[in-house]
Amino acid sequence: MNTHLAHHWSPSGTVYGTLLNFQREHALWAPRMQESPYKAPPQAPVLYVKTANTFLPSGGLVVLPPGADVLAVGATIGLVMGEPLPGCSRPSLSALAGCVLLNDWCVPHDSYFRPPVKTRCADGLLGVGPALVRMPVALDALQIEVRINGVWKQTVTLADLVRPAAQLLADVGEFMILLPGDVLMLGTDCLEDGGRPLAKAGDTVEISAAGFKPVVHTVAKTLGETA
Amino acid sequence: MKRARIAWAGAVHNAVEKDGQLELLTPAFAGRRVNFDDVVWLPPLAPVSRPRTILALGLNYADHAKELEFKPPVEPLAFLKGEASLIGHRAFTVRPDGVKFMHYECELAVVMGREAKNVKKATALDFVAGYTVANDYAIRDYLENWYRPNLRVKNRDTCTPLGPWLVDAADIPDPQALALKTTVNGQLTQQGQTNDMIFDVATLIEYFSAFMTLMPGDLILTGTPDGVVDCLPGDVVVTEIDGIGALLNTIASAQMGSGLTSRN
Repeated sequence: MNTHLAHHWSPSGTVYGTLLNFQREHALWAPRMQESPYKAPPQAPVLYVKTANTFLPSGGLVVLPPGADVLAVGATIGLVMGEPLPGCSRPSLSALAGCVLLNDWCVPHDSYFRPPVKTRCADGLLGVGPALVRMPVALDALQIEVRINGVWKQTVTLADLVRPAAQLLADVGEFMILLPGDVLMLGTDCLEDGGRPLAKAGDTVEISAAGFKPVVHTVAKTLGETA
Repeated sequence: MKRARIAWAGAVHNAVEKDGQLELLTPAFAGRRVNFDDVVWLPPLAPVSRPRTILALGLNYADHAKELEFKPPVEPLAFLKGEASLIGHRAFTVRPDGVKFMHYECELAVVMGREAKNVKKATALDFVAGYTVANDYAIRDYLENWYRPNLRVKNRDTCTPLGPWLVDAADIPDPQALALKTTVNGQLTQQGQTNDMIFDVATLIEYFSAFMTLMPGDLILTGTPDGVVDCLPGDVVVTEIDGIGALLNTIASAQMGSGLTSRN
């Protein structure tokens, strides 16, 4: 038994991700939103599921999925649901168990038309921070930094969300329940060119934010082979 | 063997079908039989230690793809659901107010029995614990072309009835030789055969396990054939697969509150 994993936090419920929730990426996509196959801008939050096989504790190797040469880095915060407040059936910021720093890896894909199962749900594609951070965290002021091999690549600013945390919780709650232990990720930001920081085999990626222990992974072609 | 998970006498029990009754497996009541009408039916799934993966297929029957004006996909069109959307046999599914088109989807549901990674088609069925019936409701008013079918259509509370039975894989030697049908208030509205799947069960297990490790208790809902119609509050929808079971569900409106009653 790996003792460091025994103390590592892991999601106990379903993990949901949110697409297009940063203003820059939303604005870059806006001219294409009326075009086929999308035909209209998204109205409700666009969510996806990160399945349990993706959960990867910080500190391990993330293996490139079959056919992938690189992975896109997705620094984000996950809101972890707690027990709802008495008399309140919907999750709210004041009823969270806490939040967690995550690397929501994906295989880069330029179509958002079909559900991203192959691109987001391959084994190991959710880097999970080592511990839950209790609320309150001043989410709107939080910045997350991405470094690859020690070199700064991106600063994600949660002030730039399209739907800030409280609004996202409310809009998701309109159509589905989030149970205690479920995780709602706030979304991942793109770079100025619309892409995301990319990591190849051998690269070490560190995600950090004030108040959180960093999330660190090294990309590998196969387990035990980093380049 | 047909296995059920039920609530009865203030607790949850595992049970098996015996002569048209449920025989409890709970040690304190082992061997005791109760009537189908005297229990609350839960999804026939044992709890799992990690969040359950629930894969579902879109457009996996050629006739349904045609019905929805899509070309059959060249690789499986899969999406995912959260466990919170599951409910059991004889339960109520809420139709939101003001929607125009909400339809059932009768589907063969595969329950994994062993950890599956890089499984080949030839041995894929050895990894199956059993089969059950899913009704994968969709509310088409909420369709948007972003990660479609989007979760607002497919991951709603109460919108994935599952059951009544988990039938052991050993009892279903060929999952591609099963007839499916749906009735609404007793009228036949949907009919199909699992041999019309574009990607059969073994192919799906090979496809998914090539990039994602499946664990015992994970689910694959294998898609639905032609013949979906709108359902209204009060409608009784029975999705049935030969040899697996008949899953009964009643549509409710959000306002029905605690006064829910079924026509049956």
